[in-house]
Amino acid sequence: MLISGHTPRSRFAAVGALAFVLFLLLVPTASAQASSAAPASTGQGCQYEDDEETISIKGCLRDLRETPPEPVPGVQVTVLDDAGAVVGEDETDETGAFDVPIPGDPASALGKTFTVQIDESTLPEGAGLRDPDQVELSIRFTTTSDQAVSFPIGDPLAGSAGKLTQALQLTVGGLVFSSLLAMAALGLSMIFGTTGLTNFAHGELITFGAIMAFAFDRLPGEVTIGGANITVIVGVLFAFALSAAFGWLNDAALWHPLRRRGTGVIAMMIVSIGLSIFLRSIYQYFAGAQSRNYSQYSAVTPWEFGPLLVTPKEVVVFLLAMSALFGTTALLQYTRIGKATRAVADNPALSSATGINVERVISIVWIGGAALAGLAGALLGLTQGFDYQIGFKLLLLVFAAVVLGGLGTIWGAIVGAFIIGLFTELTTLFVPAEFKFVGALLVLILVLLVRPQGLLGRAQRVG
Amino acid sequence: MDFMTILSDSLQQALGPTAVVYCLAAIGLNVHFGYTGLLNFGQAGFMMIAGYSLASAVTVFTTSLWFGVIVGLILTVILALLLGVPTLRLRADYLAIVTIAAAEIIRQTISAAKFSDTFGGQDGVTDFISGFRAANPYTEPLDLGIVEWSAYDTWVMTVGWAMVAVSCLVVWLLMRSPWGRVLKSIREDEDAVRSLGKNVYAYKMQSLIIGGVFGALAGFTVALRSAAVGPSFFATDVTFFAYTVLLIGGAARVLGPVAGSIIFWFLITGLGTFFSQATRGENPLIPPEIMDSQQASLMRFIFLGLGLMLLMIFRPQGIFGDRRELALDAR
Repeated sequence: MLISGHTPRSRFAAVGALAFVLFLLLVPTASAQASSAAPASTGQGCQYEDDEETISIKGCLRDLRETPPEPVPGVQVTVLDDAGAVVGEDETDETGAFDVPIPGDPASALGKTFTVQIDESTLPEGAGLRDPDQVELSIRFTTTSDQAVSFPIGDPLAGSAGKLTQALQLTVGGLVFSSLLAMAALGLSMIFGTTGLTNFAHGELITFGAIMAFAFDRLPGEVTIGGANITVIVGVLFAFALSAAFGWLNDAALWHPLRRRGTGVIAMMIVSIGLSIFLRSIYQYFAGAQSRNYSQYSAVTPWEFGPLLVTPKEVVVFLLAMSALFGTTALLQYTRIGKATRAVADNPALSSATGINVERVISIVWIGGAALAGLAGALLGLTQGFDYQIGFKLLLLVFAAVVLGGLGTIWGAIVGAFIIGLFTELTTLFVPAEFKFVGALLVLILVLLVRPQGLLGRAQRVG
Repeated sequence: MDFMTILSDSLQQALGPTAVVYCLAAIGLNVHFGYTGLLNFGQAGFMMIAGYSLASAVTVFTTSLWFGVIVGLILTVILALLLGVPTLRLRADYLAIVTIAAAEIIRQTISAAKFSDTFGGQDGVTDFISGFRAANPYTEPLDLGIVEWSAYDTWVMTVGWAMVAVSCLVVWLLMRSPWGRVLKSIREDEDAVRSLGKNVYAYKMQSLIIGGVFGALAGFTVALRSAAVGPSFFATDVTFFAYTVLLIGGAARVLGPVAGSIIFWFLITGLGTFFSQATRGENPLIPPEIMDSQQASLMRFIFLGLGLMLLMIFRPQGIFGDRRELALDAR
């Protein structure tokens, strides 16, 4: 926003209205659902042999009272299917690991829910589950890759403290996710602001980054600095650079000629849908339909901050994302080209008349926006793996973030992304995880009812 | 390469039940987008509500399919009202984002594991079609020489194309009425219509409801065609394909969706069969290093995406449309 047309007071009112809406959404559900423990994102340091043919539910039992956490062997683990029949059993080995393969074709397990039970009587003397109620976990296969679960063992936590810890833990995950969402949203919002294009192919820019980082990771050889293997980090930066080039190509080969032809924004929106289908199919053509992981950081031991578990991976991802966000906003705020960008977003005709080269600014915005989206994709692939649809699945949340903050605004996109990101993670405290996207999209619709221009958007006619 | 098979497969799909589904969905979008200028990207949501109403009327409430039809139509009208209230005052791109989000909310909620006892989760609902099967008057498959449909498909097609005919007639009658002319003027210049004292919001809402009802007919046809409903039948891409169908035939033309659907499915199936044959067998036309059979199945979507882009860039009015009628822009 170059010139803000409304007072801080109306902004506070908007934030207040949003908080009220969130409150209304949360209250009725708060009592309905007891804690649904989230599956752990990592195997927590256990070593498993990777088997492409079958998928399995695996995990790692650690006694968290010791530092470093000590493996708990000899614990009986049972996996049941949704009909309650036993699918498989395992006993944790001396590293504390268990691995229960799911019989049959991996694809057949998709969408099925399995229950993992732990036999408390086989736990060693004196050890108990941190959350005494959590003797079983439900796991749903949404990809054909192995699923990891965790049963933290240690002193039982008090009920309320358990909830609080859970909330803090979810906040950590939510912040990491939000920072990635913010990068993607910032790119989309900048492109919208300068060209008026609602780019439905933005998700494919995200996927592009993830695939490029993966391609670099797959190259033979390793990149090391002083003995430390940093192949994946370099791969992420490689993806960042290639995404920038891809963004330039998008604009130069497609959108710039279309603007010259005077194509309307609705026609361009439909063109972007075609581009999205086209690119997504190309990605699937070359990368296949299965979910993939990078070579490093797929299983690492988390750091402990009190009751919180934070993986080094999450810290690296968050720091990279935040520095990219700060870098971009600083560029937009203080440099000449950044000011020119904001001027074009505000009024292209006027900035053209004042001597700003609008097409050059738009080209730079495409480069920057695509680079941010690609970085988000590569880092997202680093945190949770990726498939050819990762960007397309994220696209609606990116839209939600951008519309919530105000289409075309810079700070709005970032604020919206953090609200949506934290909301999706924190709602899993109260509702099953499968509804977290639904909740975020409902927030989007409700905010539009109250404040159609978004939280930080200028009050103008949008209809 | 067996060109007769390609031709026969393509014709079978181009006139078959799937073409009916997309034709009806595109007729609905034609009312929304072609005539009123509303960019509804949530047509799959309307279809899903209707399809699941039909299925669960039999499986959950153990009543007849007719009851499901009535419930489905009522629910789509309610959905249109719910969607219209927050969105119809917004600009076109906001409307697009909100409708696509609403369709996804519906899909993820219905397919959730929490409701799998009622809606079957990811597996969907089956075994509700016996009443419709029993009413099938055909006993023999329909054989036209190069192309053949099973007796059941023929029955679905008969019902489906009859619905298409009635829908086209309804759209034709509506759009030549004064009411339809108001819709078209809303598409051209909303403010001008408002200044003439018309309630633009109410007209848009009526358009959203009517288009949604055609979407519901498409949803019923999905349920009848597959004898099942599942979340994957109503993915976001379904709406995008329906838009492609509409744009091929030409928006704001009564018969545009019909021609578009037939051409779309003829080309898509032809491409699919062509590449599947080209990669199959002992000595395939395209070596497996370049393309395996899995990749061959993707070629039609690559062409579809490319086709949609080129169509919108070079011929936005489609085959039968009038370019002046599609000079749309976000207002």
